Amino acid sequence: MVLQVEDLHTSFFTKMGEVKAVDGISFHVRERETFGIVGESGCGKSVTGLSIMRLLPEPSGQIVSGKIILEGKNLVELSKKHMRAYRGKVVSMILQDPMTSLNPVYTIGDQVGEAVRMHQDLPENMVEAEVIDVLRLLRIPAPEVRLKEYPFQLSGGMKQRVVGAIAMSCRPRLLIADEPTTALDATIQAQYIALFEDIQEKTNVAIIFITHDFGVVARICDRVGVMYAGKIIETAPTRDIFKNPKHPYTIALIKSVPQLDKKDDRLFSIEGQPPSMMNLPKGCRFCPRCHVALDICKEQEPPEVKISENRSVSCWRVK
Amino acid sequence: MLSTLPTAKTKTKKQYRGVTRVTRVIQKLAFWVPLIIMIAMIILAIFANFIAPHDPNLPKITDRYTPPVFMEGGKSEYLLGTDQIGRDILSRLIYGARVSLSVSLLVILITAAIGTMLGIAAGYSGGRADAIIMRVVDMALSFPGLLLAMLLAVAIGPGFTTVVLALSILGWAGYARMIRGEALRISQSDFVAQARVNGASGWRIMTRHIFPNIINSLIVLMTLQVGMMILAEAGLSYLGLGITVPTPSWGAMVSDGRANLDNAWWISLFPGVCIGLVVLSGNFLGDWIRDKLDPRLRQL
Repeated sequence: MVLQVEDLHTSFFTKMGEVKAVDGISFHVRERETFGIVGESGCGKSVTGLSIMRLLPEPSGQIVSGKIILEGKNLVELSKKHMRAYRGKVVSMILQDPMTSLNPVYTIGDQVGEAVRMHQDLPENMVEAEVIDVLRLLRIPAPEVRLKEYPFQLSGGMKQRVVGAIAMSCRPRLLIADEPTTALDATIQAQYIALFEDIQEKTNVAIIFITHDFGVVARICDRVGVMYAGKIIETAPTRDIFKNPKHPYTIALIKSVPQLDKKDDRLFSIEGQPPSMMNLPKGCRFCPRCHVALDICKEQEPPEVKISENRSVSCWRVK
Repeated sequence: MLSTLPTAKTKTKKQYRGVTRVTRVIQKLAFWVPLIIMIAMIILAIFANFIAPHDPNLPKITDRYTPPVFMEGGKSEYLLGTDQIGRDILSRLIYGARVSLSVSLLVILITAAIGTMLGIAAGYSGGRADAIIMRVVDMALSFPGLLLAMLLAVAIGPGFTTVVLALSILGWAGYARMIRGEALRISQSDFVAQARVNGASGWRIMTRHIFPNIINSLIVLMTLQVGMMILAEAGLSYLGLGITVPTPSWGAMVSDGRANLDNAWWISLFPGVCIGLVVLSGNFLGDWIRDKLDPRLRQL
């Protein structure tokens, strides 16, 4: 087990009150596994990622309770200095927009080298070899030439790979990818995802893939957690999520993915809006939008039910 | 029909060329002339003791009020004439460049260093540190500089140190305010977030990621300040709060000659021209560098 998150609560304390962005989620990621976190905007996907990195915007964003156990160490309890040594070395993250994630005034070699120098005690003449090595891992052609180039000389897909190279420079155990493919077009997206699989094979890195795109999920994830309003409402292997979704929200989500082989007049959509995170309903969070809600759904939050070794669902209808 | 086409083409091309050639020459002049003036001034300042034809502080009463060489009564040994006690104006101007340039350079270095450090700290850390630094900046910007200079002149006496102190104590605020804005903008950029993700410390982000990205604006501001500082030094010296006799300084020279403007205008005019030239050159160079460093303008 590389990462185990137990009952994580992350809140933002604003002038209007406490916003429970992540409200008690638990999941784990094994070595060489890709865990997808899917959900609509504002459901707490990115906050989950930032909580693991301990990079919440301070002082408003705070981990209220819970455990984040990475390689046997609880990250929540680490000192700031300790955590900094972990970042980039044991746990890395790729941010949403690769186009602006590179510093325009440094060469590629400088930027990848910076990450190498910060965490590895290598003699200066070894750094460049290491940088070329990691650029190769990301399948960047002619790394010796790229080293001396500046970000503006690279294409978008190439920049994306350089960002990936920085994240992978110290061969971390866990990589969090926060919608890394959103800014790319479809062909580059496919290439990039294939690249992830390749890297995983070579380095055994565990990946958390944050996305709202079910197509990407199907392509790369081994298991998926579906998030809704700060909670993971269903966890299952990718196959099962598509074949046999249990939670009404998951069912509805998968129905709303456009499918080319079906000729429907209108695309299915879920009515209503997600609840305000400051004023959550008493019972199930999805209840106001749920077509199959029971009376109990309005009154009580459903517990997480483990229905098989790899699956769990939080819904009163699932027993 | 076909034969008219090429002529029409060449005509438009010529017009186009004509317009750009004129603008291009002007653009080039706007760079080279101020650059040459600046370099000349710096060379004069550094090698003043070799270039100056006379001792700038040696009076020769018999030659006083000698007009410049191109006027009636001018003498070829005093190209730009002499002042009330017979000191050579040209030599005093050359030595004066030393004072004026060293004051402005020193002040610019001090203020830019302090302002940049505080500005980056404020912009990057935000919150309370930002609020405190920026309120101090507001105070420094609202405080009348002349009053401070007068206080300092009374407290420690006029002189080189007084001028540098008076201009530095308040001068950093302008840098801090501009740099803070830049630092704030860059702190929110994705590559700073990425650096944080990679485990970079706050210090590292400020020095390695934010600072190199604001150097452009800093250089522009520093160049534009050359003129401002020379003017400020001249102003203080003119008022007697700065460089004192007998050390030559352009501002003090203008001040010396003001009683004789009607009969010996050259005592005040030439140092005034020098101040004007350097200030204008500084501004032109600053504008030029700003245009060159701004990628949006460079693309045009």
